[in-house]
Amino acid sequence: MIRLEINGKGQNVDLPGETPLLWTLRDELGLTGTKFGCGMALCGACTVHLDGQAVRSCITPISAAANKKVVTIEGLGTDAVGKALQAAWVDVGVPQCGYCQAGQIMSAAALLRRTPKPTDAQIDEAMGGNICRCGTYTRIRTAVKQAAAKQGGTQ
Amino acid sequence: MKAPGDLILTNVSRRRFLQGVSLTGLVLAVGYPSLGRAEDKKYGADGMPNGWVDNPLAFVSIAPDGTVTIVCHRSEMGQGIRTGMPMIVADEMEADWKRVKIEQAPGDEKKFGNQDTDGSRSTRHFFEPMRRCGAAARMMLEAAAADRWKVPVSEVEAKNHEVIHKPSGRKLGYGALAQAAASQPVPARDTLRLKDPKQFRYIGKGQLKLVDGRDIATGKAKYGIDTRFDGMLYAVVARPPVYGGKVASFDPAEALKVPGVERVIQIEASPAPPMFNPVGGVAVLARNTYAAIQGRRALKITWDDGPNASYDSKTYKTSLEESARKPGKVVRNEGDFDAAVAKAAKRHQAEYYVPHLAHATMEPMSATARIVNGKVEVWGGFQSPQGTRDNVAKRLGVSPDDVTVHVTLLGGGFGRRSKPDFALEAASLSKAVDGKPVKVTWTREDDLHNSYYHTVSVEHLEAGVDAQGKPVAWLHRSVAPTIISTFNAEAKNEAPFELGMGVINVPFAIPNIRIENPEAAAHTRIGWFRSVSNIPHGFAVQSFIAELAAAAGRDPKDYLLEVIGPPRQVSPEMLGDTWNHGESPERYPVDTGRLRGVIEKVARESGWGRKLPKGQGLGIAGHYSFVSYIAAAVEVAVDDKGTLTVPRVDMAVDCGPTVNPDRVRSQMEGACIMGLSLATLSEISFKSGRVEQDNFNAYEVLRMPAAPRLIRVHIIPGNDYSKPMGGVGEPGVPPIAPALCNAIFAATGKRIRTLPIRDQLKA
Repeated sequence: MIRLEINGKGQNVDLPGETPLLWTLRDELGLTGTKFGCGMALCGACTVHLDGQAVRSCITPISAAANKKVVTIEGLGTDAVGKALQAAWVDVGVPQCGYCQAGQIMSAAALLRRTPKPTDAQIDEAMGGNICRCGTYTRIRTAVKQAAAKQGGTQ
Repeated sequence: MKAPGDLILTNVSRRRFLQGVSLTGLVLAVGYPSLGRAEDKKYGADGMPNGWVDNPLAFVSIAPDGTVTIVCHRSEMGQGIRTGMPMIVADEMEADWKRVKIEQAPGDEKKFGNQDTDGSRSTRHFFEPMRRCGAAARMMLEAAAADRWKVPVSEVEAKNHEVIHKPSGRKLGYGALAQAAASQPVPARDTLRLKDPKQFRYIGKGQLKLVDGRDIATGKAKYGIDTRFDGMLYAVVARPPVYGGKVASFDPAEALKVPGVERVIQIEASPAPPMFNPVGGVAVLARNTYAAIQGRRALKITWDDGPNASYDSKTYKTSLEESARKPGKVVRNEGDFDAAVAKAAKRHQAEYYVPHLAHATMEPMSATARIVNGKVEVWGGFQSPQGTRDNVAKRLGVSPDDVTVHVTLLGGGFGRRSKPDFALEAASLSKAVDGKPVKVTWTREDDLHNSYYHTVSVEHLEAGVDAQGKPVAWLHRSVAPTIISTFNAEAKNEAPFELGMGVINVPFAIPNIRIENPEAAAHTRIGWFRSVSNIPHGFAVQSFIAELAAAAGRDPKDYLLEVIGPPRQVSPEMLGDTWNHGESPERYPVDTGRLRGVIEKVARESGWGRKLPKGQGLGIAGHYSFVSYIAAAVEVAVDDKGTLTVPRVDMAVDCGPTVNPDRVRSQMEGACIMGLSLATLSEISFKSGRVEQDNFNAYEVLRMPAAPRLIRVHIIPGNDYSKPMGGVGEPGVPPIAPALCNAIFAATGKRIRTLPIRDQLKA
């Protein structure tokens, strides 16, 4: 039995410790907002926060998440940065198919927490691990900057 | 068993809808009279299976609280159709968008009309039926109010979710009128009063947010892969590594020892041609996806690779080149190319190569199926819900009436989800476990190894030019395995719908034109990929014209306009194009004025002709496809190490009148990124019949650092809604690669003829 804290809520899971956090969230706990894209930390669709750091849940075993705070897209809205990003995503009309966007927002939230006023280059660097096949990159940049401005982090 | 209550995209299955009537008094949806059916005609939506339906009883229901529910029968894959299509209905019926809910239709074309969400045709085929649907609903509400007040219907008017009695100022809300409106007869089509487009509140405005935007941003949106049931088994499948191969033998023992694995089941291979059938293999069913993946690793399988075991992309490229250098089937012939080229002042030729591509939708293929009392239900992201239904029925040997296909959001489509092989896998596996719910999830490796690939092609072009460098003779040989091979293993020539994608239907002012199509055999599954054959054709044609311009020492934009010639309307039939994207040749001629228009527009907007520093350049291309006209101007910088950056792209689009201009923009932005991806990075190649790329480390796609800082989309204003609409989802892709390569030539003098560019510019 492994004890996880997900979006502020304690959960016990009875799975082998090497089970990736991604599949534990999706298949066992029903938190399907975190997406599967590649299984090798190549696309960022599965990004969650582990003690505030953006990690790829597809290669994070639950044994490594035990006793740490996991935040997923479902829990991000309780945080001011997360909320501002979600609002900007809607306002800018970022999503096309939308499948990658949870991971994009999680990466953007981690960026804005450590860099409240990111430059284009910093956005590109922080978001380079998140693939969007629909090609929403220019709108993602716009939305990240809009959320940053709303948070008082205007360039 | 838990109902899929967490599937937000609840579907209006007939059963559920009727429940809705009895429980909540959803009233407009009370029956399914056979009125509203289209007659069989040849073009547009009329030419599609099951045509169109404009019956408000199928699409609109109103609850007593006034909530208007509008059904979207086309699949949402990022084009914004769940916003765009209901917006048309809501505008015409004077519904207040804030009180509109959207429901996704299940696969049921008899009820909703054609649902094949492909070919960039949702809006152009359904704008008019959806307008009529909304207008009919509005008139039924007006008639109900007039009855209630016992006044002539001419004295009432529906406005913003209520009906007003103009002389007295009395008002009744849509909710209060719903019951009575439902019992009104549906007005005959020729009595419908459509709104004056000047009165549109939503159509053409681009003000409405995406209906799914908030759910997507908060992680609530449900895709096929998110389907869950209590007691569901999670499956992954080991498929033959070579297309056409099969299982020779397998040992499930080790797989069954993996904790969480419950069953190992063989899926029978299907004989050629591929159709939409599963390729067969061995499935591992487990408690969760990870256990299934681990179980698959532990399987011991011996494969019989079958007839495609020697498919090798390097040698295949050589064979395509050999075919392209010899005469092939003549598919268009005007004037006398041979005589004209013999007399020409100069002769030029070039060959262009575009490899196989995989769609690589961010959501890998996934489908869930269960069977209860002989009734089959399937959930997933499908571009062809009715086709999925029919194919599942055929696979399981049941009637399509016993199959319900629930359409979730699609995590990207790009043509891949028009092929429901993954749904058939889920259905077969559910049947094998007595109808238990089974979700099949493809890993990224499965996705890249088992796609229906974009074709691979060599385009061979020759031109004779006069003393001024102007082309007088044009030969284009296009060689590529055809999508038809997926349905007929013997097919080796491009079909009319492939030739009509920018190889024969070039409306050029060149007197001697010959287009040939030598044969090419397919050795894997070939399928539609966003914009399809327009990709290689557009790349070759627009690159070659720029090469001719350079040889003539001319400005590429001016030269391109000269090759297109003066503004005129050209019959597609004159160009040998019997297909014309399925549209009427009279209503949709090839309009060189519009093609010129977007090229001139994008030239102005991009600052064509401006002086750029060394190592920078602008390139231009224009392409007509999906009955829309798109031009792109790409700006590049190439440093002394050969590193390419694309700071800015301008695109001009003439797709006729628009419903949701913001989504036209977003589709162009996305097409630009996809075009840059395939031009710079992406390639699927085969060796010993096996795909060499396993994941995004080898099958690279564009990432944010390589995305242009600026993509500017210029929509040619189209406010006349009587004019024909064009496609939007696909036609933005084809001009990107040639515009990029033309820009690279302008910056460096290096001409790219083989995609992807990858390290070809490296010093």
